[in-house]
Amino acid sequence: MSSRRVGLKSTRSIGGNILITICLTLVACFMVLPLVYTVNLAFKPINELLKFPPTFFVRHPTTQNFKDLFAALGNSFIPLSRYLFNSIFISAVGTFGHVILASMAAYPLAKNKFPGKNFMFQTVVISLMFSGFVVNIPRFLLMDSLGWLDTYYAVIVPMMVSTLGLYLMKQFMEQINDAILEAARIDGASEFRIFWRIVMPNVKPAWLTLTLFAFQASWNDSGSVSLYIRQEAMKTFPLALSYVQAGGLARMGASAAVGFILMIPPITIFILTQSNVVETMKSSGMKD
Amino acid sequence: MAGNQNTASVKTGVRALPFKERAAYTWKEIKRNRASYVLLAPFMILFVLFTVVPVAMAIGLSFTYYNIIEPARFIGWDNYMRLFLDDSVFLISLRNTMVFAVVTGPLSYLACLLFAWFINELRPKIRAIATLFFYAPSISGNVFFIWTYIFSADSNGLLNGLLLKLGLVKTPVLWLMNPEWTLGIVMVVQLWMSLGTSFLSFIAGLQGVDRTLYESGALDGIKNRWQELWHITLPSMKGQLMFGAVMQITAAFSVADVSSALVGNPSPLYSAHTIVLHMMDYGTVRYEMGYACSIAVILFALTLASNFAVRKLIKPGD
Repeated sequence: MSSRRVGLKSTRSIGGNILITICLTLVACFMVLPLVYTVNLAFKPINELLKFPPTFFVRHPTTQNFKDLFAALGNSFIPLSRYLFNSIFISAVGTFGHVILASMAAYPLAKNKFPGKNFMFQTVVISLMFSGFVVNIPRFLLMDSLGWLDTYYAVIVPMMVSTLGLYLMKQFMEQINDAILEAARIDGASEFRIFWRIVMPNVKPAWLTLTLFAFQASWNDSGSVSLYIRQEAMKTFPLALSYVQAGGLARMGASAAVGFILMIPPITIFILTQSNVVETMKSSGMKD
Repeated sequence: MAGNQNTASVKTGVRALPFKERAAYTWKEIKRNRASYVLLAPFMILFVLFTVVPVAMAIGLSFTYYNIIEPARFIGWDNYMRLFLDDSVFLISLRNTMVFAVVTGPLSYLACLLFAWFINELRPKIRAIATLFFYAPSISGNVFFIWTYIFSADSNGLLNGLLLKLGLVKTPVLWLMNPEWTLGIVMVVQLWMSLGTSFLSFIAGLQGVDRTLYESGALDGIKNRWQELWHITLPSMKGQLMFGAVMQITAAFSVADVSSALVGNPSPLYSAHTIVLHMMDYGTVRYEMGYACSIAVILFALTLASNFAVRKLIKPGD
């Protein structure tokens, strides 16, 4: 790091540094202020919510909006905690399944040579190149014919086979030293044992990354739930947001409270995993 | 690298053999790698079932009239003809989607690269915080609804409140209802959310550049940071640049939720209607599955074509 700083001095002008700092600060404000505003709204008492002209920051924070939120939906036939539980369940199972399945598939793609390997990986790469929405309608028909509508299989199973995770995991696993694997094979270890005992402990940054991405996607998913699930009691937390919002301005604080609850888990996971995620993304490059 | 050459030579060696022996060799290889296939099977079977099969179904059904109740009826190219000759709303949605692809896509890509590069100059602790700030909107998901309160035209609209206070406008601007503004607002929010996976990939790519290259570059007469970026940094992270391009292109063609949540579906005069929204309209509201599938196929072809075109442009590895 220090040697780099010495090298940098000659190529970095002071004017440029100032310009970049100003630019970074302005855009950082643009990025973060809406989230800060959400937090402030969530804790505003009703008189501050309805103030004109509207204020940005909360003066006398209160948890009233959260109480209102649970009360508002408590009177309807599905309590808010039910949406929350559904979301947690889907995200937990989907994320866990994705990390396991993607890692299992990534290991042979990264480390073994067998007929069909390149074809399989190319198909996975191509699947990254078109919008996931392309398959929405036929997938709906497929779920219908499988009898999976109104079951969590329809939501969770496609989540588990997200190809971005497989791609990142495979790229990361390529760095594992072949000599370790070869030594284990000579000792008579089976491929499954090698995968579980040697490969997995060595790719911790990658599975933390997959956890972040899969959790983020499933926690925020409202598209597939609204497509495949019609029973109200099975719907998820992001969908509760629309019911709360439908209450209009009076529910502004409660909506912001939903937003607050929605954004805390993914952001927390990112804070905890950031260095591992960056480590994983170092190998995210597309080579061919 | 050595491993790759090895496979290449084995392959050409096998190709030279007559078919029977080649098949026998392949079969032997398949049997030898049984464990690999078993490990791959759960993911690949589900991936084929829920992604590959649906793509094939979309292509097949796009040539039919299918409303779920009656069996699908083959109608040739009719759906496609109807899309381009008879469906003016589709043409609007196509135009809007292309605007996203041509404006939001490249802009978001440049933003990812530029801010990753700026952030990379910071000290590690500040860098971690800045990364969080820029990345947070993209993982906050549905929280983008907060923009409705920012742009709202009633007394709670934050932006209107500010503009009125500063005396810049006399009456609140109908941001989310006026077709002149809707598309632009969706683009702003889309950009706000677009510093995602590619952004992280660029941050990682920048950190992975070999430091000694910068030192030798300085000796070779690199004068400023821009030259350094162009001659040293970017060529060293072509793989990430390629991956980021794929992610941003795919996202730019997928605009839907932000539009429908902010300006409604349909938006005023379809001003922010997109291909995805048009497809979902026919697929989930009107149950014209064949027609919806033809829209999906157009989306599929457009995204893939853009990706291959950009791939040619960036050409990693040389």
